[in-house]
Parts: sequence; C-alpha cells; structure tokens
Amino acid sequence: MKQRTSTLLAVAALTAALAAHAQQPAKKASPQAKAAAPAKSDISKEFEKFREVLEEDNPAELFEAKGEDIWKNKKGPSGASMAQCDLGLGAGVVKGAYVRMPRWFADVGQVMDAERRVVHCMIKYLGYKEEDIRKQPFSNVNKTPDHVSVITYVAAQSRNMKIAAPQKHPKEVETYNIGKEIFAYRAGPYDFSCASCHGADGMRIRTQDLPNLRKPAEAIRAYQGWPGYRMTGGFMLTQQWRMNDCFRQQRFPEPSYLSDSITALLAYMTVTANGQVYKGPGIKR
Amino acid sequence: MTAMKKTVVFAAAALACSAALADEIRNYRAEAVAMMKRDFKAKGIATTDRLHEDGVQAVCNRSGDNPPKDIAARLEKDQLDNVRYPADGKLMGDWKAGEKLAQSGRGMTWSDKAGVPGGGNCYNCHQIAPAETSFGTLGPSLYQFGKTRGSGPDMQKYVYGKIWNAKAFNLCSAMPRFGHANALTEQQIKDLVALLLDPQSPVNSK
Ligand code: HEC
Ligand code: HEC
Repeated sequence: MKQRTSTLLAVAALTAALAAHAQQPAKKASPQAKAAAPAKSDISKEFEKFREVLEEDNPAELFEAKGEDIWKNKKGPSGASMAQCDLGLGAGVVKGAYVRMPRWFADVGQVMDAERRVVHCMIKYLGYKEEDIRKQPFSNVNKTPDHVSVITYVAAQSRNMKIAAPQKHPKEVETYNIGKEIFAYRAGPYDFSCASCHGADGMRIRTQDLPNLRKPAEAIRAYQGWPGYRMTGGFMLTQQWRMNDCFRQQRFPEPSYLSDSITALLAYMTVTANGQVYKGPGIKR
Repeated sequence: MTAMKKTVVFAAAALACSAALADEIRNYRAEAVAMMKRDFKAKGIATTDRLHEDGVQAVCNRSGDNPPKDIAARLEKDQLDNVRYPADGKLMGDWKAGEKLAQSGRGMTWSDKAGVPGGGNCYNCHQIAPAETSFGTLGPSLYQFGKTRGSGPDMQKYVYGKIWNAKAFNLCSAMPRFGHANALTEQQIKDLVALLLDPQSPVNSK
C-alpha cells in the first residue's frame, strides 16, 4: 500500500502540474528560438517521464481488480456467470483474448471488438441492461461503469502479449477493409477524416503528438495504454471512448456506442498493429 | 446545371474510370458510407447531414486526396468563384481580436452550442505569434508571414480568400474552409488577416 500511496501522490502532483500548465499564460521567448518547431514539447516529455514511473504501479490496477471480481464472482439472475462467456478462445478463457479481437463470433454472426464482446456477455450472462449501459457508456469523475472495469481486467490478461487480430474469416477481412475506408472518409463542416490528423508522420495538434495510424509502428498507439487511467479525473477510458472523442473533434455526428463502424475502425488499426506487444492497461493524460 | 455541378459530375466520371480497376475497394467504400449512415446519430449541432460528401470532398475521397491536375484546377476555380469578399472592400481587421480567435479551438463540434461564434483553431495546426509556444504542425509556420510575403492588397486578398476557402487554392488541403462552412464570419476573417499581415501584429515583429 505504501507504494500505491506514493503512486497516487505522484499522480496528484502531475495532474496539478498539467492543470497549472493549461492555465499558464503564454511564455515569452525569443522569436529565433520559436521559429524552429520544437521536436517534442516540454509538457510531453514531462508526461512521458511521469508515465514511466507510474506504470510500475498503475492505478488502473484498482479497476482491474474490480473487473476481476465481477468476472469471477458475479452471478446473473439465472445463476449464470462470465465463466460461460466466450471471448473467442473458448468459454471462460480470458488470457490472451483481448489481443485477438476484433474477431468473428459465430454465435452472434458478427465481428466484435473486445469492448463490445464483454458488454454482450455482461448483458447475456449477468443480466446487465443494455439501456443502462448505453445511458453511461463511458467513465466520468463520478463513476467508472462496471463494464469498463471488466474490460480493464480482460485487457490486463493480455499484458505483454503480441497483438494478433485474426484475418481468416471473410467477415474479418471485410470489417478491416471497411474500417480502412472509414479512416479515410473526409466529410463534415471541417472536411476532416481520421487521416487529416493521423495520416502523416510527426504531426501535432497544439502540443499533442498525433500518431500516424496507417503505419504499423504507430498504429500500436490505438492499443497501447488503452484502457487508460485518465490522470486528470481519476477514471478509466476505453478505446471506444477515444473513437467517440475523435469523431467529436472531426466535427461528425456521434457514433452509436458499440456500433459496427467503431468495430471496423478498431479492426483496421489493430490489424495494422498486429505483431507488436501490448503492455496492458495504461495511463493517459 | 451550375458550372460547379457540371465539374463535379465530370470529375466523378473521370475518377470512376480510374477506380473501375479497383472494384472491391469501391464496394468497401460504399459499404463504409452506408454503415456510417446507419450508425451515427445527430447530437447537438452535429446533424447527420454532415456524413454526406460535397463535391470537393467526394473528389478528394475518391482520389486519395490526389485528384488529376485538370480536375483539381477546375474545382479550385469553382471554389474561388464562391468566395464572398467584404462589400466594403476592407480586408484587414484588428489583429488583437484575430489572436484571440486563432487561440480558440471551439466550433462545430456536438459540444458547441448553436449560435455561439466559434474560434479559428489556427494554433491547432500553425505556429503563428512567437509568444504562443503551444502550436500544432499540421500546417506550415505562419510566423513572420506578412514580413516575408508582404501585406499589400493582393496579399490581403489571398489570405482572406485562403481562410474563407482553403480549397480554392489547394483542392484537398487539410485546412478547413472557414467562410464556406459558415464557421467564421466576415469580421472574424478580417481580424485573422490582420493577425497575419498587420505590421503591428506580433507575427511580424522582429
Ligand atoms: C481534428 C483532429 C483529430 C481527428 C480528426 C481525429 N483525431 Fe484521433 N486524436 C486527436 C488528438 C488531439 C488525440 C490525442 C493525442 C494525445 O493524447 O496525445 C488523438 C488520439 C487518438 C488516438 C489515441 C492515440 C494514443 O496515443 O493514445 C487514436 C487511436 C485516435 N486518435 C484515432 C483516431 C481515429 C480512428 C479517428 C477518426 C475517427 C481520429 N482519431 C480522428 C485528434 C484527432
Ligand atoms: C486542420 C489544420 C489547419 C487548420 C485548423 C488551419 N490551417 Fe491553415 N493550413 C493548413 C495546411 C495543411 C496548410 C498548407 C496547405 C495549403 O496551403 O492548403 C495551410 C495553409 C495556410 C495558409 C497559406 C500559407 C501559404 O504559405 O500561403 C494560411 C494563410 C493559413 N493556413 C492560415 C490559417 C488560419 C488563419 C487558420 C485559422 C483560422 C488556419 N490556417 C487553420 C492547415 C490548417
């Protein structure tokens, strides 16, 4: 617990630092120094440094533990449990399942990403109500919903494993290809697509580095650190949240939670990242 | 049929030929669009009509942002013909108001309110005034823009037009069409022109 306390203190300190930075008036600097774009912003470096320290003892573990408890102990109204949930490797098998989704699930006749599959099982076996989950799909300062904790647990059970989203079933191939098209689709008042912000190397929005998600080495960032513990707020956010917020920035309407479009996008990025090692739930600013 | 529509139809036809060899890709594209139209719901000001491509978007989407030169030139001209310059002929506003606008990343998302004027989002993509060190790199640096490019009537007209409709000069530019999309008003664009060109603006300081 001692270590955990110090970790949480570190989180608090960095959170404060980030908040202070956000409110700081612009610093004066010599124009010469400014004319050349800095390679990596100070705040980014600072963040990376803290993240390395934190990942030794990641607060995401608290949510992981809660998710594990639900997975192992919770019973649905008819006595069913998550032991019956097939994440693609057989009923109840969690190890290695996260890095092998999105995949085709014959029982539902659909390709599902991890978050979608976990929620599907929680509804089917544990009696969670779909409309409740849709009411609050993502965490906020007040609440990290149960399904987010279970996803965090499932993700952690693939820690240090290679990403290996399958492309065997024709529907898996189709899903990947549709995702690739969604990624490139420019529309809306700002003419943005995903590729507007994630289609070239070394780009930034303000100080935030934008991964080039078409490249395997950077597509891993659609995976690495997700689900992520958000330091400014203290809750867990999933890949589905990230997609939702990027569509907001893209000035699109809102994608329905757990929709085919999001599964397709995740399939595209995951397959692009295949072969790289997933380090488990992480930390996001 | 307007000139604009004709060019788009012509452009789409030309592209269809080059895309015919990639039958499957075209299928996936159509499926992707149909899927999004099923899955996306209006939220606040972000209505589902935003999922439809306009002519420029359609041509850029179908050509991987790299349309044939002649098609690009025709569509750029259409876009330029649609730029509305201020009736009073004044293109330079107040650079201080421009700097505030350049800072603001607000506008057009489902969390923005209807009727509340948006910002320029300029620092998201461009280095501009030297005091602001938190700037993006999706676009080129605009620091010293007026100093190196001049600030006379022609340059004012170019910058006003560029902000009003970036696609009039570069069809598949990553930069939004702020005037065309009603994302910025005439006065706001004038203020941004001043930010880049006014000799008093910190953009052009030594
Ligand atoms: C207008 C800009 C913009 C658009 C359009 C956009 N994003 Fe993003 N994206 C961002 C920003 C800013 C971040 C945050 C980067 C950070 O946290 O440092 C981000 C982060 C991400 C991340 C997480 C990266 C990481 O390291 O954790 C993924 C994955 C992602 N975006 C995917 C997408 C996809 C898919 C789309 C299209 C649906 C998209 N983005 C559209 C700006 C955008
Ligand atoms: C999403 C990214 C993005 C945003 C937001 C953006 N720009 Fe741009 N801008 C670009 C890119 C990319 C270019 C270079 C390609 C081109 O010329 O179209 C560019 C080019 C320009 C140019 C032409 C530069 C030259 O050398 O002629 C001007 C002027 C400009 N932007 C001003 C602005 C202003 C003012 C704003 C805010 C209202 C703004 N931009 C917002 C991406 C952006």
